[in-house]
Amino acid sequence: MLASSRIDPKRRNNLDHRKRQFAQPQWQQQKYEYGLNFYVLPPTAEITLEEFEEWAIARLKVLSELESCTFRNRTLEETTNYMTPILQKHMPLNPSRSSTAQDERKKDHYSHFILRLAFSATEDLRRRFSRLETMLFRLRYKEEDARERKNFVDSLGATMGMSWEKVSEEEEVQELGADLRAATGYAKKGEDEGWFKVDWEKVPELVESRRVLLKRGKAYVPVREQQSLVVAEFGRRLDAALEVSWFFYPVSLDDRDVMLMAPGTAYSTRPPSTRRRRPPLPHPRPPFPILHRPRSNLRRRVLPSGLAPTHQNIDALSQHFPLCMQHLHRTLRQNSHLKHYGRLQYTLFLKGIGLSLEECILFWRRSFKLMTDEKFTKEYKYNIRHAYGDVGGDANRRGRGYTPYSCQKLLTEALPGPGQTHGCPYRTFTVDNLAAMLQQTGVSDRETLKCVREDVARQRYHIACNRVFEYAHKTEIKEVKNKGVWGEAELDTILHPNTYFKRSFLLKHLGEEGHSGE
Amino acid sequence: MPHSISPEPSPQEDSILPDAPARPLEDGLDNPSEEESSAGTQTITDVSADAVSKESGNLEDIFDDDDEDDEFSSSTPQASSQTGSQDTIKPAPNASSSDPEVMKAFYQRLFPFRYLFQWLNHSPSPTNDFGHREFAFTLRNDAYLRYQSFPTADLLRKQCIQLNPSRFEIGPVYSTNPRERKTLRRATAFRPISKELVFDIDMTDYDEIRTCCTGASICSRCWTFITMAIKVVDAALRDDFGFRHILWVYSGRRGAHAWVCDRRARDMDDVKRRAVAGYLELLKGGDKSGKKVNVKRPLHPHLERSLGLLREHFQADILCEQDPWASPEKAARLLELLPDKELNKSLQKKWDSAPLRPSSQKWADIDALAATGASESLDTKALRDAKQGIVLEYTYPRLDAEVSKKLNHLLKSPFCVHPATGRVCVPIDTRKVEEFDPLGVPTVTELLAEIDEWARTHSNGEEGDDEKKKVQDWEKTSLKPYVEYFRTFVAGLLKDEKGAVKREREDGESMEF
Repeated sequence: MLASSRIDPKRRNNLDHRKRQFAQPQWQQQKYEYGLNFYVLPPTAEITLEEFEEWAIARLKVLSELESCTFRNRTLEETTNYMTPILQKHMPLNPSRSSTAQDERKKDHYSHFILRLAFSATEDLRRRFSRLETMLFRLRYKEEDARERKNFVDSLGATMGMSWEKVSEEEEVQELGADLRAATGYAKKGEDEGWFKVDWEKVPELVESRRVLLKRGKAYVPVREQQSLVVAEFGRRLDAALEVSWFFYPVSLDDRDVMLMAPGTAYSTRPPSTRRRRPPLPHPRPPFPILHRPRSNLRRRVLPSGLAPTHQNIDALSQHFPLCMQHLHRTLRQNSHLKHYGRLQYTLFLKGIGLSLEECILFWRRSFKLMTDEKFTKEYKYNIRHAYGDVGGDANRRGRGYTPYSCQKLLTEALPGPGQTHGCPYRTFTVDNLAAMLQQTGVSDRETLKCVREDVARQRYHIACNRVFEYAHKTEIKEVKNKGVWGEAELDTILHPNTYFKRSFLLKHLGEEGHSGE
Repeated sequence: MPHSISPEPSPQEDSILPDAPARPLEDGLDNPSEEESSAGTQTITDVSADAVSKESGNLEDIFDDDDEDDEFSSSTPQASSQTGSQDTIKPAPNASSSDPEVMKAFYQRLFPFRYLFQWLNHSPSPTNDFGHREFAFTLRNDAYLRYQSFPTADLLRKQCIQLNPSRFEIGPVYSTNPRERKTLRRATAFRPISKELVFDIDMTDYDEIRTCCTGASICSRCWTFITMAIKVVDAALRDDFGFRHILWVYSGRRGAHAWVCDRRARDMDDVKRRAVAGYLELLKGGDKSGKKVNVKRPLHPHLERSLGLLREHFQADILCEQDPWASPEKAARLLELLPDKELNKSLQKKWDSAPLRPSSQKWADIDALAATGASESLDTKALRDAKQGIVLEYTYPRLDAEVSKKLNHLLKSPFCVHPATGRVCVPIDTRKVEEFDPLGVPTVTELLAEIDEWARTHSNGEEGDDEKKKVQDWEKTSLKPYVEYFRTFVAGLLKDEKGAVKREREDGESMEF
C-alpha cells in the first residue's frame, strides 16, 4: 500500500518542461469556502518562518490541551466548555461572513500540515496526531453553524464521492418505521427526521452502541448522526494521509530505523542537504508534559524504608490499600480466586508496593487455596512472571514488565463483565453497593458518604477516592500540616493506587521514620 | 488461554521443528509409512473437482499432482497397511485422549485436514490465505509453539502427526509468511491482515446464574444457556450484519465457538470487530454493580428480537429447570432488580411465609401482587422494563468479548480433541441446534473403537473389496455426520468465494464510498 501511494518520480510531472515556466501555478492561494476542512490539498503558498513557527505552536497548544482533556476523562460537553476559550485564543474560526475568516482558515490549514509532517515520524506519533486531530474536527463540527455545516457536508458529497443514500420515504420508512425509531430514537423537535443507508462498516461506533438499525449489513443512520459518519471519514483519510507523509518525511530510508530507535536523533541523521533547506520542525514532544507525568511519578516512587512486604503481611498492609485493591483483596480471600484482569491489576499493584517476584508468586500460590500446584504452575505462574518482566519478549524483559495501573487507566478501560472484579469501584459499583463497601472499610461518616455519592453521580471518581482518603487520614494530615513536615506537593490529589498506598502507609507510620520518604 | 498475554514462542521452537519446506509431491513417495492411512485427508475431489478443472494456469497442475499422489497412496499402499501396521497405530482399547498414541492415530486417520485446508484457503489450490495463516500448537509437555505455517494441508497433517499436539489453534493470515517474520527488516511488515470473526461462549460466565453445575462440569440443563446464546448471536449475525457463513463449533467441554467466515467478516479491522462485539454485548458490570442490563426504551430491534427468542426459554429452562431464586438468599437478588420498594416489601412478606416457593411461582407473584395494588406508587412501565431486564440478564448470551475484538486472537481449531474430556470439537448444525447434545459428542477413543468395529463387520464380505478401499476412516464412525456437515459448509463458502472473485473482476472498483 505504501509503495503504491508513492509517486513515481517519472510520472510526477506530466507538464512539458518547456511550457512549464508559463503555466499557471495551480493553487497559489486557496480560497477557503468553509470553516471545516478535510485537509486534502497541501498548502502551496509561501509563508514566513515566523508564521511557520507561530502557527504550528498555536496548534500544538490546542492539541495538547485536548489531549489533557482525554486524560482527565472529561465528557464531550466538558471538553467543549474547556476548549472553547482556548480555541478562541489560539485558533479561532469565525463564520464565513467575518472579515478575518480567510486568514484564520489559512492558519488552520497550514498549521495542520506543518504538524502532520512533524507527527508523521513514528507510528505512535501518527496515531496520536490522528486521534487528536479527529477530536478537534469533531469538536469544531459540533460547534459549527448549522447552515455552514450543511454546505460543507454537501460539498463533501460533490467533491469526494462521499454520498449518502437517503432512505426513500414511501417504501422503507413506512415499512421499517417502528424498528427505525426504536433503534435510533425519535427526532427531537425541530430536527428533520430521515435516514441514510450505508454499509455498517462505515459507522462502527454507532453500531457498537446500538444506535442504528441494522438490516442485512446495511446501517440505517439518522440524519443527525451524520456527524459520526463525517468524523469517521475524516479520521480514515487522515490516517492514510499520514502514512504518505511519513514516506516523505525528510530522512532517508536507511536512517529511518535509527530514528525509530531514538527519536531525539532525528535531526542529526537527516542528510545535511535537507537539513539546511528546511526550517526546523517543531518537535512534538516537549509541549505535552502531561503525557510523561505518570512515568516520572513512578520513577520518583521510592519505597518507604519501614516497609517490607512479604506474602504474609499483605493482609495487614491491605488496610492502606485504596478501595479498588481492597475490593480485589477481599474477593480473593473470599473466593480464593480472581479473574484475569483482576489478577493483573492486583499483581501490578503489589509489584508497585515493592513485593518481590518470589514473594508475589508465593502470595498467589497461597491465595488460590483450592488449586493444585500443577494447575497453578501451568496456568498462572507465567502471567505473574510476565508482569514482572521475568519472562517474555526482549522489550518486556528490558522494560521490567508492565507498569502498575494508574487511576486514569482504571477509569478509562472497559467496565468489568459478570464475575470480574477489576477496575475502580467508584465507577463500577452501584452507589448503594459502594456505600456498603465503604462502611465495611470503616468510612461511616454520613457527611463523607453523602459527598462521595455526589462525586460519583458527577463521575468524579478520583475525587471521591481522595475524599475517602482524607477522611480516613484526617488526624494525620492535620498533624503533618501543622508541623509543616509535608509540603503541598506531598498532599496533592492522588492519581495512582500506589500513591494512595504509599501516602497512607507513611501517614500511619509518621513517628517511626521521621522523614517523609520523598 | 483466551485473552491476555500470549506466551512468547519458546526458545526450543527451532530445534523441535523439522525444516518443513514445500515439497508436497515427494512426500508420499519418500515415506510410505506416513501415507498408509491418509484416508482422512483424501477427498478433495468431490467438492471441487469441477472447480479445479475450470481453473487454468500452473497451480492447477500442482493441484492435480497432489490429487494423484493421494489416490495412489490411498489405494495401493493402504492394502498393506490394513494388515501390516495396524497394531502400531491402534492404541490399547482402554486408552484415553491423554495417550499420545491415541492422538496420533486420531490425526492420522480421522482429522479432516483436507476440509480444514479448503475452509481456510478459500480456494482449491493453495493460496496465501492458507500459507500465511498462523497455527499454534500446544504440545504434550505444555510448550506452546506459535507462528507455525504450512503451504498445504499435507504438510500441516504431517506436522501434526510428528509433533502430536494435544490441540492446535488457528490465528490470522499475516502479510508475510509467519515463519519468516524474524528475517524481516521492519517489524511493521509482519502484521495480521485477515481472520474469521470469532466468538467464544463459555459456561464459566454463567456460573452466577446456573444452579445445576459449577466450574468445568456441564449437564444438558445448563447446555441450554449455550443453545440460547447460539440462537441469539446467530440471528443477529445473519439478519443484522448480513453474514452467511457462520460455523458453530462445540468447544469440547462446556462452551461453543463461532467462526464467521464471510470475506467481509474476515477483512474487518479491530475497530469493526469491536463494534460487532459491542453490538452483541449486553450484560455489563461486575458482581457489585447492580443490574446488568441498562438499555434505553424502546428496545433496540436486535434486543426485541432476542427477547422474543429467549422468552420461551426463560419460562421453561430458567424458571422451571434452573430455579434460580429457590432459596431466600437468592430471592433477594430478584428483589434487588425490581424497582418498586412497596411491592418488594409485600413480595418479601409473602415469600417469608413460604421460603421455598419455586421460582416460577415467585415470578408469577410479581404480576399477581402488582395487579392487586400492593403498591400505590407502582409504575407499571418501570416494572415491565425491569422484568424484561431480568429475562435478559438470565438468558442473554454472555460472550467472552475480548476474543472477538482482536484480529490476532487465536482460537482452537474445529475437530481438535479437548484434552480433558477427549471429545472432538465438532461443528454444531444451527438448524438443529436444539438437538445438539454435548454429552453425546463422540470421544476420540470411541471413534477409534468404531473404526475397528467397522472393520470387523465388513471383513467377511470379500466381494466389495475395491469399494471398501474408498471408504474414509471418518465415514466408518459417528464422526461422519459432523464431517459431512463441515464439508457442506465449506463447499458453500467456496462457491461464494468463487462468485465473489468473478464479480469483482467484472465490476472493477465501482463501490466507492
